[in-house]
Amino acid sequence: MLSFALISGSIEQGLAYGIMALGVFITYRVLQFADLTVDGTFPLGAAVAASLIVSGTSPFVACLVAMLAGMLGGALTGFLHTKLRIAGLLAGILTMTGLYSVNLRIMGRANIPLLRQPTVFTILEELLPKVPYLQLLVLLLLAVVIKLLLDAFLATDIGLAMRATGDSPEMIRSLGVDTEAMTIAGLSLANGLVAFSGALVAQYQGFADVGMGIGTVVVGLASVIIGTGIIRSHAVFHSTLGVLVGAIIYRLAIFFALRMGLEPTDLRIMTAVLVIAALALPTVKTRWRERRLSRLVASENARLLAEGYVGQKEEAGCVRDSQSA
Amino acid sequence: MLEIANLHKTFVVGGVAPRGALAGVDLKVLPGEFVTIIGSNGAGKSTLLNAIAGVFPVDRGIILLDNEDITLQPEHKRAAYIGRVFQNPLQGTAASMTIEENLAMAMRRGQRRGLKRGLTARSRKQIKESLAVLGLGLEDRLQCPVGLLSGGQRQALALVMATLVRPRLLLLDEHTAALDPTTAEQIILLTQRIVSQEGLTTLMVTHSLDQALRLGDRTIMMHEGQIVLSVSGPERAQMGVEDLLEEFRKLRGVQVTDDSLLLTTSA
Repeated sequence: MLSFALISGSIEQGLAYGIMALGVFITYRVLQFADLTVDGTFPLGAAVAASLIVSGTSPFVACLVAMLAGMLGGALTGFLHTKLRIAGLLAGILTMTGLYSVNLRIMGRANIPLLRQPTVFTILEELLPKVPYLQLLVLLLLAVVIKLLLDAFLATDIGLAMRATGDSPEMIRSLGVDTEAMTIAGLSLANGLVAFSGALVAQYQGFADVGMGIGTVVVGLASVIIGTGIIRSHAVFHSTLGVLVGAIIYRLAIFFALRMGLEPTDLRIMTAVLVIAALALPTVKTRWRERRLSRLVASENARLLAEGYVGQKEEAGCVRDSQSA
Repeated sequence: MLEIANLHKTFVVGGVAPRGALAGVDLKVLPGEFVTIIGSNGAGKSTLLNAIAGVFPVDRGIILLDNEDITLQPEHKRAAYIGRVFQNPLQGTAASMTIEENLAMAMRRGQRRGLKRGLTARSRKQIKESLAVLGLGLEDRLQCPVGLLSGGQRQALALVMATLVRPRLLLLDEHTAALDPTTAEQIILLTQRIVSQEGLTTLMVTHSLDQALRLGDRTIMMHEGQIVLSVSGPERAQMGVEDLLEEFRKLRGVQVTDDSLLLTTSA
């Protein structure tokens, strides 16, 4: 029998990574910008937080500094894309690539263990030792608060302008909004959340590793696609809720896949296949419908031909008139 | 009042002959004047509107709006006093956002946008009132995403959004060209009503010669990046579509047909 204790770890991870997925939601859905910076800012957040914690800084402060570092990374991608006109995908890849070196510099080595260090989780556990599932509750609270703050932000004047920047840039420019500034701000905000999530994950798993960012954006996309596929709505409130739910479902799917004997090394390909399937589904559906329709048309036309309704051999130049209709 | 002098713009596209460029445009539009602009494809009509709106920097020339030099202002800055409606209804509204969210954004035109809520009880009431005037029932569908509206409804919405905060200048770039004739006529009527009610200074590009003569106070014709004809008053009132074509032939000394101008004579 599956107990809650068994899957609570997956839910915790889902919530921690869910904050990253909210960042991906901002770029992918709100700005309609495929931002690969995420693979660099996620480990950046972890690297900054871990280095600060090891050097004696409060884990809470470390999380905030990690977030600011992520915002800088996002702003850089935004700058490359808007001011230097580098294609969005490439701008993200360039920042991500550069950040790999930056992350190594920050950490001074490839891996920083946090096992005997204070983290936001150990500090809260000392403060509230009797609360069951404290780690889960802390992550749930953080994820929900961030989700609600994001909802509120996207309903402000700036938030509306940011959404319109992704939806209809000419329109919002004609209403007096600097869409370049909006893109930079949105990428910055998104990567701030991603780095914050990276800082939490490092403390949760007990280490920061320079390679922990690989595939982050795909995990984020999987969460966004699963979540907004389950909770279909135009409303921001529902979409962000869906993203968190999607992130948890993704972790649970991995948990069950591993239990069924999948190797951890196969996780990435499973995630990639999942995202491919989700993205391709609408196209495949349409294709399938079209093929069925053309089969129908073909058989109908074969009947028309056989019945002599059209295509009768006729004198050259003679056009069949409407009497046969 | 809009004053334009000696406006030049050339698009350099890898050795291809420049198209749709401006070759010294001089234009003065009086306060409250409604000017219709016609001309063949590539004459520079849309380029002129885009230059005024600041979509790209011009090569030479000056643009004054109410005696303020806006020539070098970025697009989003001058958007504070210029309202625009595009040809493509998809361009003028945000499809994934609701009707009220679209209008809330239009209400903030020219103001600093901060972290205040975009929609309040008061702004909702104002939005409802401005939509009720249209008579399309949109005021009862405030939460409906704009993407679910028809092209005509979206264009009506775009028109309301462009004029919600009274602009010093309204630019209409063939804003009925993508609509069916009946819907186009409704949008034209709406345009007339809003422009005359608010006394807006307006420039409207159109492909319909009939529309160009029927609407507004003055009609100008563009050709190869210049204004080649400007008619207003009684002279314009007596003009027909054929006369316009004749004027074009006289000015250019070439044999042109309605087709070669790529203009439509119907509404």
